[in-house]
Order: sequence, then C-alpha cells, then structure tokens
Amino acid sequence: MKHSILFALSLLLSTVLQAEDTIAKSRQLELSNLLIQDCGSCHGLRMKGGLGPALLPSNLKGKSAEFITATILDGRPGTAMPGWRPLLSVAEARWMTEQLLDAKP
Amino acid sequence: MKFCCSLILALLSFNGFARGTGDMGVLIERATSSVQIIETTGNTSLAQVTGLGDLSHASIVYSRDERFAYVFGRDGGLSKVDILEAKLSARVLQSGNSIGGAISQDGRLVAVSNYKPGGVKVFDANTLDLVADIPAVYGDDQKLSKVIGLVDAPGQLFIFSLWDAGEIWVADMSVPASPAIKKFKNIGLNPYDALITGNGRYYIAGLFGEDGMALLDLWHLDKGVQRILPGYGKGEQKLPVYKMPHLEGWAVAGNHAFVPAVGHHEVIVIDMLNWQEAGRIKVQGQPIFVMARPDGRHVWVNFAIPNNDTIQIIDTQSLAIIKQLKPGKGVLHMEFEPRGEEVWLSVRDEDRVEIFDTQSFERKATIPAKKPSGIFFSARAHRIGL
Repeated sequence: MKHSILFALSLLLSTVLQAEDTIAKSRQLELSNLLIQDCGSCHGLRMKGGLGPALLPSNLKGKSAEFITATILDGRPGTAMPGWRPLLSVAEARWMTEQLLDAKP
Repeated sequence: MKFCCSLILALLSFNGFARGTGDMGVLIERATSSVQIIETTGNTSLAQVTGLGDLSHASIVYSRDERFAYVFGRDGGLSKVDILEAKLSARVLQSGNSIGGAISQDGRLVAVSNYKPGGVKVFDANTLDLVADIPAVYGDDQKLSKVIGLVDAPGQLFIFSLWDAGEIWVADMSVPASPAIKKFKNIGLNPYDALITGNGRYYIAGLFGEDGMALLDLWHLDKGVQRILPGYGKGEQKLPVYKMPHLEGWAVAGNHAFVPAVGHHEVIVIDMLNWQEAGRIKVQGQPIFVMARPDGRHVWVNFAIPNNDTIQIIDTQSLAIIKQLKPGKGVLHMEFEPRGEEVWLSVRDEDRVEIFDTQSFERKATIPAKKPSGIFFSARAHRIGL
C-alpha cells in the first residue's frame, strides 16, 4: 500500500517534470515576453524594480524556487502582486522562476 | 548660375527646422531605450532618438513652445529631446527608479516623481539643473514613500500622492528653491495614480488598497480631502489586478466622469456635481486607460492582460458599448489627435502603432515600432495636468 502511494507520487512528479520539459518553444517565447513586458510593468523591464521589488538573482538570493513559483502563482496578499494561476500552469510558473534565477529575462 | 546658387542657398536654409511642431508627437519604444518622433498630418514617423535608458512605464511632458519633450524613464533618467532637430539636448540620471513627471504652469520647472529614493525632484526646464529636492518622508520612523500621480496645477503647484504613506502633498513652487508644502494625511490605502480635471480644480487619487477615491478641491484646500465612491466593489470578489489602471486620461463628458474600477471588469461613471456614482458599465476585462475622445461623445477603454487585445468604445449618452475593436495583442496606450478625428494605439506585442478613424472606426495607417507603449502628442503642452 505504502509502495503504491510512493509509486503514484513519483509518477505524478515525473509527469510534472515532463510537463516542464515540454513547454513548447513558441510558448517559451510568449512566457519570456510576459516576463519582460508584463512582469516588467511593475518590476522594471530590466528587473531592477518599480512598484514591485527588484527581481535580479542577487535580490532573490535565499529565496527558494518553490517560494518564487508559489508567489507567481498565488501572489502576495496585502501587496499589489496578483496571483497568475488563472493564466499560467504550474510548470510554466516554474519555468519562469528558472529564468529569473538564471537572470535570463 | 546665379539662379542655381540662390536655389542651393534656399535649400540650405530650408533645413529640418522650418516647420511647426503642433502636429508632432513622440512614441515610446519601451524595450530599446528609444523614441520615435511622429507627425499626425500625414501620419508618418519622422525620426528615432536613442540612448534614453530603461523606458518601462516612460511618460512625457512638453515645453510650452512644443519643441522639447521631457522623457521620464524608469531608471531615473530625465531626458530632454529636441523634436525639431531629433536629438537629445540634455539628460540627467536623477534617481534610482522613477515613475513620471510634470511641467510647471510657467514652463520653467520640470518635476519627477521617484520610487527610489522616494520623493520628488524639481529641475530647471532649460538646463535640467536640480532646483529642489522633496523627499517623501512619512511616519514616526521617517521612512521614504514611493511617489505617484504627480501633476501640475494653477498657482505654480505640483501635486502628488504617496503610495506607501497614503498622503497627498501640494507643493507651491512660487519660490522654486524652497517649495511650500501642504500635506494631507490618511487619504486612503495605497494611492496608485491620480489625475487633475482639465480646469485644474480637482485632484483625484485612485486607491489600490481599498475601494474608493480621494478628492481634493484645489479651490478650497482648507476643506481637506474628501473620500468618494467608498466601497464601490462592495460584495464583489476583487479579481487579480494584472496591471495598475491609469488615471491620466480623465474622461469627462458633460457632468460625467469615467474611471476604471480596480479589480473589477467595470468602468464607473461619476456625477461630478455631487461626486456620487452615476452608473457602472460592464466591460470585457480590467480597464487600464479610460479616455474620452476630445469632444466627449465616446470613451475608449483598453484592458489588462489577458484581455489586452481588445478595445471597447462607450457612448457617453447611452452608456452602452457601441463598438469593439481588436487592434492586436498588447494594446497599451491610446492618444487622440487634438481635435479627436483620429486615435493612435500602441500594439506592444505586435510591434506596431495603429491609427484609427474615430467616426468610421476604420484603420487609417500603421507605423512599425519596437514594443511601443506611451504615445504623447505635442498638444499636451497646453493642457493642465498633462
């Protein structure tokens, strides 16, 4: 029983990971544009901050990828940061987190 | 021979200067540190000026002779662009992070509102030398607030709001080096932008942190700030706000003003005689700019992502949506030509600016531009608050 739960979990995990790998190139371009242009509206096109905080790798130091992904998906209550879950999948938010941590935007 | 010489001389003297600037404008290319100088008589692009820094959320005010455009960049850059010669005349990096600016009633001072360090800096419009520094200090621990909604007003005033502090400040610049400041506190949570009516009398800040707006009657400062439209979203779940609405384009038609509701798919109609809500118009997304055609008969509305490919047009008499346009993905800004016969729309994600006829709603021209955002015509030079 325990094994089957573990098996189901690992299956779930691998599907999620696969999903991450399979974000189509065209969608990656859209997400990249979203990150620069729309996130950039508040965080700056160069991620140096604006109404929202700066999001350069040095600013994100000490914050886990999970935390950043959760912030993208569900926002920060009490601030101007909205949750993007209606517009993004978990895998897409994770991909954007990677872009931020690698300073790709 | 003699004729030839005089012809050459005539040609030489007819350089780029020999034209007026009243039909000119500037459009921001937000991702490439550049602007295009355009004209609205033939609807063409005339030149590009580069090297203007980070232009996310850039905006522009004009000198009173309509020759110079002051460009406010995100990185704190203040650039003075000569639109006749299509060149950068002066530029200062005046802060770490800024959001907008204004030019004084007499045209001699340019003010910039800053996020970091929070406050307003005032410059000589001619030289861009610093004239006054107004740190937005608030609270017991003397923190600095981000500043938004900076406008000019009659009486050589600059007015602005403090996002973190929830305050409105009125700075009298009669003695430029020592501004006299009146502070209005507890105006509401997180003012996100503000506007001033075309006659320069009412300053209104929109609130992000709560439903409602803060109104200041500049003819009666002693009466203080009045809260209007309290709880306009009562009982409704607030939707995520994917882009801050803008209040710059104060849409007024008759006694009605049209403003975007924050976190709701609605445009709110305000009766300006009593400042009560006079109606709501359901729209197809979160409105960003709600702008009246100069004659006030129609109001054009653009929207936040994911509905930012669509424009809706409201008839101000019936309050009905009479037209929907799909100019393309990422419609960021609209600018009407001064008498309203045409409107320019920036379509960011498709790298073009579209010009529409406002009667027939037909597309008149397309101008390629890299990630265009704000469009600013020189006629703004003579309008209070713009």
